[in-house]
Amino acid sequence: MRERTTGTRQADGHPHVGITTTFLGMPTFQEAARVSLTDTVQRRNLAHATGVIREKRAAVVGELDNWEQLRLAAEAIKNRALFSLDEYLVEFEERATAAGATVHWARDAAEANRIVVDLARAKQAREVVKVKSMATQEIELNEALQAAGIDAWETDLAELIVQLGDDWPSHILVPAIHRNRSEVREIFLREMKKVGRPAPEDLTDDPPRLAEAARLHLREKFLRADFAVSGANFAIAETGSLVVVESEGNGRMCLSLPRTLVSVVGIEKVVPSWRDLEVMLQVLPRSSTGERENPYTSIWTGGAEGDGPQDVHIVLLDNGRTNVLADQVGRAALRCIRCSACLNVCPVYERAGGHAYGSIYPGPIGAVLTPQLRGTSSEIDQSLPYASSLCGACFDACPVRIDIPSLLVHLRTRVVEEHRGGVPKPEALAMKAAGWMFADHRRYEAAEKIASTGGKALRSPLLGRKEVLRQLPPPLNAWSGARDAPVPPSESFRSWWKRTDGGRLGPSEERE
Amino acid sequence: MSTTSPVAATGLRVALFATCFNDLMWPETPKAVVRLLRRLGVEVEFPVEQTCCGQMFTNTGYLDEAEPAVRTFVRAFDSYDAIIAPSGSCVGSVRHQHRDIARRADDDRLLDRVEALSPRTYELSEFIVDVLGVSDVGAYFPHRVTYHPTCHSLRMLRVGDKPLQLLRAVKGIDLVELPAADQCCGFGGTFAMKNADTSIAMGADKSRHVRDTGAEVLAAGDNSCLAHIGGLLSRERSGIRIMHLAEILASTEEDPS
Amino acid sequence: MSARDEILGRVRSALADRPELPEVPWEYGRPVSTGDLDLVDRFVERVTDYRARVDVVDRDEAGDAIATALGDARHVVGDRTLRESWPSDAEVEWLDAADLTSTELDRVDAVVTTATIGIANTGTLVLDHGRGQGRRAASLVPDVHVCLVSADQIVSDVPEAVARITELGAQTHPLTWISGPSATSDIELSRVEGVHGPRTLHVIVVR
Repeated sequence: MRERTTGTRQADGHPHVGITTTFLGMPTFQEAARVSLTDTVQRRNLAHATGVIREKRAAVVGELDNWEQLRLAAEAIKNRALFSLDEYLVEFEERATAAGATVHWARDAAEANRIVVDLARAKQAREVVKVKSMATQEIELNEALQAAGIDAWETDLAELIVQLGDDWPSHILVPAIHRNRSEVREIFLREMKKVGRPAPEDLTDDPPRLAEAARLHLREKFLRADFAVSGANFAIAETGSLVVVESEGNGRMCLSLPRTLVSVVGIEKVVPSWRDLEVMLQVLPRSSTGERENPYTSIWTGGAEGDGPQDVHIVLLDNGRTNVLADQVGRAALRCIRCSACLNVCPVYERAGGHAYGSIYPGPIGAVLTPQLRGTSSEIDQSLPYASSLCGACFDACPVRIDIPSLLVHLRTRVVEEHRGGVPKPEALAMKAAGWMFADHRRYEAAEKIASTGGKALRSPLLGRKEVLRQLPPPLNAWSGARDAPVPPSESFRSWWKRTDGGRLGPSEERE
Repeated sequence: MSTTSPVAATGLRVALFATCFNDLMWPETPKAVVRLLRRLGVEVEFPVEQTCCGQMFTNTGYLDEAEPAVRTFVRAFDSYDAIIAPSGSCVGSVRHQHRDIARRADDDRLLDRVEALSPRTYELSEFIVDVLGVSDVGAYFPHRVTYHPTCHSLRMLRVGDKPLQLLRAVKGIDLVELPAADQCCGFGGTFAMKNADTSIAMGADKSRHVRDTGAEVLAAGDNSCLAHIGGLLSRERSGIRIMHLAEILASTEEDPS
Repeated sequence: MSARDEILGRVRSALADRPELPEVPWEYGRPVSTGDLDLVDRFVERVTDYRARVDVVDRDEAGDAIATALGDARHVVGDRTLRESWPSDAEVEWLDAADLTSTELDRVDAVVTTATIGIANTGTLVLDHGRGQGRRAASLVPDVHVCLVSADQIVSDVPEAVARITELGAQTHPLTWISGPSATSDIELSRVEGVHGPRTLHVIVVR
């Protein structure tokens, strides 16, 4: 089995990559990517998987003649919710409470974890089953439960692979996208027996057999579990309902078998009204799994008599979201519905992989969300806004029209601004000098003259008539490591224009 | 070739924005634009005050440093009816970023001028197809060519297939489709340096797709992307040369590029 | 200060710029075209696409269709409402989910339920877990789910379904939307039908 080499590992396993105060910092994106790019198995796994999902999404989106209207509607619904968030949160709380749910509020990860752990203790729960949830990944709830002596079982297949493999998610929707079938088989054979029903001894790497092994392994846990933890895809203010969108049925198991259910919900998950679901339930499955509708969607409002959990709790989580909301540009990222379409189309994500982003939110949306939630004090969080070629594929795929490239530029500005006033980096000095040069064309012309003279020399017989340069001195060797560089021409365009009057004079009729 | 284009007939003043990168490193491209437009009956002027669109600063997060470039751009081109640049990326910056920089500078007069100027700034293929209404520029280029559409032309300016319309009409050309054409080549401005490894990994796939077409020439509307892919193709001794779209469109039987 | 007040206070100060509330450019609840197929045919096509089994039968054939769908199943969950509305001479022992624990549910062979709505363009069944459907676990834990839906319950697309739920006053009922059998794409994005939910979904559309 390959070792994941990125990140500083905790004593007990994978690194902290949540949005918590225990986050200690990871290598920058570029350093982590340098390593992950050499992981040939992961490169192949990701290229294959993202290719498949891109095609599926394109096919189901192409079926609709009103996709762009749906995107505009989804954007407006989320903006309405965010721009009156205080009112909608209060409305949601009121309705959910009236339906029998208990609503808690958590300022940060520690507070949310404390609420969940206290509830589990009050119920004397020894273990909890979990529906895949980004919010609980973000607060590192599993670690908090473990510290309290409570086992937390991830039940989504990919999350199970990640948990059993002592790994961490590299994708929002498919957290084990970096693993292939034979790696999954190895993990199941090795780890399942340590925590419950062992994997069948004759397990092959056929995906249906692997899925069956997960079914058997988790079934006993579902049937005995008394306490479940979920997130939610949407929280409907008008009705106080929560919505969970899933595929495997593990969500339904957790949401309907145990007696106690706690849902940790980011405050940005609110949508104003019931009818808004008609838009959101069209855009989400198509953007995430590339399906017209995902296999299972569960909607519940408080507790239902004689059906499912009777003790229903909701933890409304801030954990940095209100800071994001305060940024008039950056707040657009709160529209995100965690579909991961931007990851699947991102050429940087496809090659570097999710772990290089050093956060449970990888890919383009992670690059704009993580530094806003965690702040930009660590090196990794400063590097994330630069982890993009700004190609714009993410914006085109985003069902809620988050202009991720513009947000990336906005955050780059923030990183630069935060460094102003201190000792300037070489880059800042170079930028300042170039800015000064471009303020006046005469300065630029002078610089061109120098470059052209250099170019002329390099092209001379004396220096071997160079047309391209194969090696450049630092820091330009970042370019020439794999790319040749052109030798500057001996005459710039503007010199040519002046000399030939824009090509109207022949070479023999030079001016001056 | 007709010399009475709509632009010539209306007496519009048209300026060439060569862009700093082309001016210094790829002068053949703006020269080709001058030849091509002249053939189509449009005499461009080259305001010497021009320098750079400022994109490199903006996209790296140095908005204060971008401001002088924006002011210089406005000063150079304010008096023209149309500004043409052989770069989707630089035009994208003018149209989508100059406004933000003017706002940040808190200068209403600058903002007004920027907002008036942005819609008059065209990428070459947009100007030829949309403004001149021409899709056959009468070019001749008897080579096997594949075309990389470049992200900012595609997704910022939404030029669609305008460059391909122009290329398809070129006499003698053997135009072959580039697989996964809409995928970024990995240049991305300072991304190519800051994240060199990822940039090269992306470029390696692009260059493989280019080689798979069997083309002699890789064309695009942006010399920055071409410098990156071309740098890889050259290092690989692939025998494929890069050419800006303008140079192919400027090529004729009498005066081949 | 309580966490609630502090968070609401932070939200209010974050929105100090009072951003203008946008109108949602969308007409809610409208029917959507099902293209070249009528509602039932489109529904059948889309459910089949998820690799569920589908029969379309007349009302008097429904009992036989249930019996056929149940095949060798012996212990089958189906409540009284279901058995009375859709009598079938399937040779099975009928059980009511209300009498069964989760572990007991795990031992039955199949479950038969009605549905509240069928959605043509997405091939989705909506259950609101009233009579004829049973509690949520009933249609989840058994490995085979046979689901009856009448042709007149089928709507064009998601907008009509959401509006229909409102008409029925069922927004706050527990709701389960089912689109094909349980599935996963978590291993190399290759789709596998059948994980934790019923591995077989058999839909009977009654005209």
